[in-house]
Amino acid sequence: MDPAFFFIQFLSGLASASNLFLIACGLTIIFGVTRIVNFAHGSFYMLGAYFAYTLTQQMMALLGDALGFWLALPIAAVAVGLCAVVMELILLRRIYRSHELFQLLATFGVVLIVQDLVQEVWGPEELFGPRAPGFTSFVVIFGFRFPEYQLVLIAAGPLVLGALWLLFNRTRWGTLVRAATQDREMVGALGVNQARLFTGVLFLGGFLAGLAGALQLPVEPANPFMDVNIIAEAFVVTVIGGMGNVLGAFLAALIIAQLQAFGILVFPEITLVLPFLVMALVLVVRPWGLLGKPETSTSHGFAGDRPLRPLSRTQQALVAALIAVLLLLPLVVGEYSQKLALEVFIYALFAFSLNFIMGAGGMVSFGHAAYFGLGGYGAALLVHHLGLNMELAILAAPIAAGLGALLFGWFVVRLSGVYLAMLTLAFAQIVWSTAFQWVELTGGDNGLIGIWPSQWASDRTVYYYLTLLVCGAAIAFLWRASHAPFGYTLRAGRDSTVRADAIGIDLKRHQWLAFALAGTCAGIAGGMFVFSKGNIDPGSLAIPTSVDALVMVLLGGIQTLTGPLVGGAVFHLLEAYILPLTDYWRAFLGAVILVLVIAFPMGLAGFLRDRLTREESAS
Amino acid sequence: MTDASVLKVEGLNAFYGRAHILFDVALEVGKGEVVALLGRNGAGKSTTLKSIMGLLAEVRGTRSLDGQNLARLPSFRIAQSGLGYVPEERRIFTGLTVMENLEVGRQPPRQGAPEWTPEKLFALFPNLAEMRDRPGGRMSGGEQQMLTIARTLMGNPRAILLDEPSEGLAPVIVEQMARTIAELKREGLTVLLSEQNLYFAKELSDRAYVIEGGRIRYQCTMAELMADDAVRHAYLTI
Ligand SMILES: Nc1ncnc2c1ncn2[C@@H]1O[C@H](COP(=O)(O)OP(=O)(O)OP(=O)(O)O)[C@@H](O)[C@H]1O
Ligand SMILES: [Mg+2]
Repeated sequence: MDPAFFFIQFLSGLASASNLFLIACGLTIIFGVTRIVNFAHGSFYMLGAYFAYTLTQQMMALLGDALGFWLALPIAAVAVGLCAVVMELILLRRIYRSHELFQLLATFGVVLIVQDLVQEVWGPEELFGPRAPGFTSFVVIFGFRFPEYQLVLIAAGPLVLGALWLLFNRTRWGTLVRAATQDREMVGALGVNQARLFTGVLFLGGFLAGLAGALQLPVEPANPFMDVNIIAEAFVVTVIGGMGNVLGAFLAALIIAQLQAFGILVFPEITLVLPFLVMALVLVVRPWGLLGKPETSTSHGFAGDRPLRPLSRTQQALVAALIAVLLLLPLVVGEYSQKLALEVFIYALFAFSLNFIMGAGGMVSFGHAAYFGLGGYGAALLVHHLGLNMELAILAAPIAAGLGALLFGWFVVRLSGVYLAMLTLAFAQIVWSTAFQWVELTGGDNGLIGIWPSQWASDRTVYYYLTLLVCGAAIAFLWRASHAPFGYTLRAGRDSTVRADAIGIDLKRHQWLAFALAGTCAGIAGGMFVFSKGNIDPGSLAIPTSVDALVMVLLGGIQTLTGPLVGGAVFHLLEAYILPLTDYWRAFLGAVILVLVIAFPMGLAGFLRDRLTREESAS
Repeated sequence: MTDASVLKVEGLNAFYGRAHILFDVALEVGKGEVVALLGRNGAGKSTTLKSIMGLLAEVRGTRSLDGQNLARLPSFRIAQSGLGYVPEERRIFTGLTVMENLEVGRQPPRQGAPEWTPEKLFALFPNLAEMRDRPGGRMSGGEQQMLTIARTLMGNPRAILLDEPSEGLAPVIVEQMARTIAELKREGLTVLLSEQNLYFAKELSDRAYVIEGGRIRYQCTMAELMADDAVRHAYLTI
């Protein structure tokens, strides 16, 4: 092929690298100082584009095209920076000392709220911005036409990198930020007001993301999916570069953008998967990214952590009563309620399996949906392509999910904290991208339909009992495992890695096995889910599904075994009754997350249990 | 003991999670005094200093600096009110140069406290003068120890909490460190010095508190302590 063509491709790669870098550098700076992985960074980017859309319209009419346009972009960026400041002041301040799970979830809550707000204000359609005055034409490079505006974008990356370098190396504020990135407590002990520093950092990060979104407007219409589409890639870039490292983010953005620019020529189906594959590879070789430094432990532990106790007599009686009620339920309620109830069992198992690795194992997974979806797809593919019946196909659910968890888990247990969470997210995105892009196998976006149970199980009530049996057995199995020596070993390891190593426990092996078990059980839930719905699509593997599982666990409370069951039930019933009533389900869910994280960090079950024990000890 | 105590602590109790570490620790440091807090490994010296500095999540008890109540303040306010803290682990910003490390510690001049500039500090620590632009990560242990003290002095403190400055240093450097602290004392700085090394503390300190198991077991002048073999053997590693 023509070398000039490759050069043009390389230039396009540079332009998208600039865009990625602008987003990722703010993310990495915010993480470096506050230790918070900010999901809402994609929302900042999206807001930047929408603000720029509105502002360019107004200001170009008022001040003329050129001046109006080029003033509107920085103003949009400043406005986004101020939004970030508001988020810092009312939300982040309250959770700096919380567990990273709560921080991730809280910022995801903001994502959900912003999504609904944006749709409310700007509507669901794509909004095309104006072309950039002064850069509307093409330049000819080696006989190829290349848009002038892309050159502006190419320049933006290095310019911002240079400006940041000056800011961090030539100003007192920058010096303080760099110092705080390494040891914020010490910076505080030297008399620096961290809170104010953090607010400033959020402004800077928001400003940069807003600028990225605003600069993108002439190239890509503002649309309500920009946030989620970009955030996963921005995470990848920050993680590959080394979290907290701006130069690393620049290098990683270059690598990812060029790989995509050329990857699309060779193997177009791989573009979505590629960044996550690269990230997984880099983390295996350099667990802290290209230029990152090993983390000093940042984990804060969960609030209300306490030892696990076997069930008391009364609790055993309660469990027995609950089982009796569930067995008798179909005699009393109709088909719809049975369907709801069996879905609750499925979600309860899904949440319970997640809690098994989080609560006992101390591993926060942000990609548990991968195993739920692998189970679902495992079964559905056999039905769809081989025409197997349910009895055989459902066996593929735990096997596919278990093998996936075994493979991914091997990498995951080598990391901890935020890096672990990011890697689980990356693996889930790999599975999601595959399901989404491998259309011949998986049906792509539409998924697979017509996956129904065999004749004998197609009756609602029969399927109800089947689900109760299967999910109940899996939950009982995980419950036993939590109380077996295996579970105690896991918790010992979670509480002190050093001590567990010292007494000769091979902690990683235990964690790996736990991860695989949890994945297998999530797969069972996924398999039961497919046959209850009759279809499956990539949504079952996507980030929001992983977050749903986390919310269920959080609703119930992490440090209780019953928590996820309560959480799964509450979550699904909320979804069933509130989702049809409102156009703002996402904002509602986001608000629930924020309330949970701030007011009930121990979850409903944990909250109730604390109330009960307090009353008991008071009386 | 002077009436005009600069630093005053009473009924200090500290916890790590559910572990109760300090029990009713009380101590005072008078203006211009150097007071030693002596004890073995794990006795609670560092915990005492961190509690005073507001660096622990759970602390009870009163702490005051020149009459100002420190108990409810976050650590940056405590530093701003004129109390300097030099941590045991040094906690140099390894990615920052010597000058930048000093810059992080800089605070406005303070009435009634010696005023420091980088140039004055370089006179006190001549080694540092030759490595202004060197990153903190590429300095020896002794140089880092000097830098951590210099960094705290940049805040122009009235009093400093100095946690085991002699730990892990070669004997020559320890001597140099002792001379520096004596110099600081002549400048009028008030110091609470945590130490295991009795011979290092002996030369510098006016008085001593002996801590063991999170409780103050003994308090006396340095001369009395040196005369009392029984106490030294009971609570200190000789
Ligand atoms: N982060 C921590 N978590 C739990 N316990 C701690 C922690 N840090 C210290 N401790 C405990 O508190 C007690 C006092 O420790 P401290 O560090 O104050 O001792 P120290 O006198 O400074 O000892 P050293 O001379 O070794 O520095 C010790 O029993 C120690 O085990
Ligand atoms: Mg100590």
